[in-house]
Amino acid sequence: MSFFDRSRTVAGPGFSRWMVPPAALCVHLCIGQAYAFSVFNLPMTKLLGISHSTAPANWHANLNWVTPLPEDWKLTELGWIFSLAIFFLGVSSAVFGRWVEEGGPRRAMFTAALCWAGGFFVSAIGVYLHTLWLLYLGYGVIGGIALGIGYISPVSTLIKWFPDRPGMATGMAIMGFGGGAFIASPLSVWLMRKFTTTTHVGVAETFIVLGVVYFIWMIVGSIIVRVPAPGWKPAGYTPPVEATKLITTSDVYVYDSFKTPQFWLIWWILCLNVTAGIGVLGQASAMSQEMFPGRITPVAAAGFVGLMSLFNMGGRFFWASTSDYIGRKNTYFVFMVLGFILYCIVPHTGSIGSVEGFVVCFLIIISMYGGGFSTVPAYLRDMFGTRYVGAIHGLLLTAWSAAGIFGPVLVNYIREYNVTHGVPKAQAYNVTMYIMAGLLVIGFICNLLVRAVNARYHMKSEEDSTLATAARAGAAMAARFTGKPAGA
Amino acid sequence: MATQNQESFSGIKLLLAWAFVGIPLIWGVVQTAINAAKLFQ
Repeated sequence: MSFFDRSRTVAGPGFSRWMVPPAALCVHLCIGQAYAFSVFNLPMTKLLGISHSTAPANWHANLNWVTPLPEDWKLTELGWIFSLAIFFLGVSSAVFGRWVEEGGPRRAMFTAALCWAGGFFVSAIGVYLHTLWLLYLGYGVIGGIALGIGYISPVSTLIKWFPDRPGMATGMAIMGFGGGAFIASPLSVWLMRKFTTTTHVGVAETFIVLGVVYFIWMIVGSIIVRVPAPGWKPAGYTPPVEATKLITTSDVYVYDSFKTPQFWLIWWILCLNVTAGIGVLGQASAMSQEMFPGRITPVAAAGFVGLMSLFNMGGRFFWASTSDYIGRKNTYFVFMVLGFILYCIVPHTGSIGSVEGFVVCFLIIISMYGGGFSTVPAYLRDMFGTRYVGAIHGLLLTAWSAAGIFGPVLVNYIREYNVTHGVPKAQAYNVTMYIMAGLLVIGFICNLLVRAVNARYHMKSEEDSTLATAARAGAAMAARFTGKPAGA
Repeated sequence: MATQNQESFSGIKLLLAWAFVGIPLIWGVVQTAINAAKLFQ
């Protein structure tokens, strides 16, 4: 029996379930670096240029002083690295979801650590050799696989430890994914400065250091993590005997889930909510400056983006925790209705010149964007039960990949179309805002149609017992060592 | 007595685990908040 087996991670007596959120955060804070990858984009467009540059010695204070060579990578080429990573996040979470669920969190988190660090190392070689496809392979494909496996594994484990507060539990982990950029961004800038010379940008060295640091961090998480013994429940918690209207007590098998309309309705809810948020998140800086020319400077716009990141992270915890009290369906109703109102208000804030109104609208919108991510695992758990929630969550994350394409395309192309057709820049985003509001109306209808899953999709007891063999072996092992289940 | 020792050991482990993730996260949040303050300058 290997150290990574699920049965070796069954919690012993006296284990506090509050050890599991830090384990989850060890992984999510690391893979959340993906949101900060853009800090490398500009330096990577000057890798060759700097070696031939006549820029001042303190060129790193302003990279625009460095002229790139024609052979240097273009920003458009580098943009594909992040897109590939998000695409492979969706693909790998869908493909490996069942493996993650059945193999246990330690194996999955260790694999994610290997892939995440490996992705950085391959990318470092790519930068060193100036070979772009190695970055696509390293960060985009291998790193993307780490994102998918690392994202779903701790989430499903937390849901099992916190049956009484699943929203709060998933909110904590997914908040970490949003917060990972806060650490990665200043850390990456600091490391690049350390490794920079007058003729060299320290991107490759920074990738190596980040790979090592993240590997250690994620391994600590995989060592700490535990799964509850079968039948364990928190002290004082009585699980509902009968299913309520929207919370099941049964389980749905992973590959049966996407035969249900509920899966696809939630897929669209997530996709539309993310599309509405991701488009403006990527364009927030440019949008704020163009809507309020002369009033929001580039420095202030950078501050606005930072503030949005804080609300993105805070919203993940706030909304998911709130959903434990008001219900998942109602939480998404709030996202859709409030989001619709705010998107309709944004163009008016531009026309009356209210910077405060614009900022407040977008901060709330972006908190709901984050909240959409963190509430969805608990929504899935309510619909499909806890057994395969991680794998089903993995399948659902393809909605994120799709939204990653729809959102920025909608914002960028509609703006471009408007500007080329003579619309003033300050009003170029108005149509986009109304389209986003329209998307949320569709999301509202999808949410309205969500009902409890038909009982014919529930796993039968025989099926349960076959699939639970491994879990029982783990329980027997735990009982032999402990004599009693783990405590809360 | 043994149970008490075990409990305090668990408490220390819990504290260390949260510090391990909490300190870098708080540092990152503070850095971002300093950056975000530029919006109001």
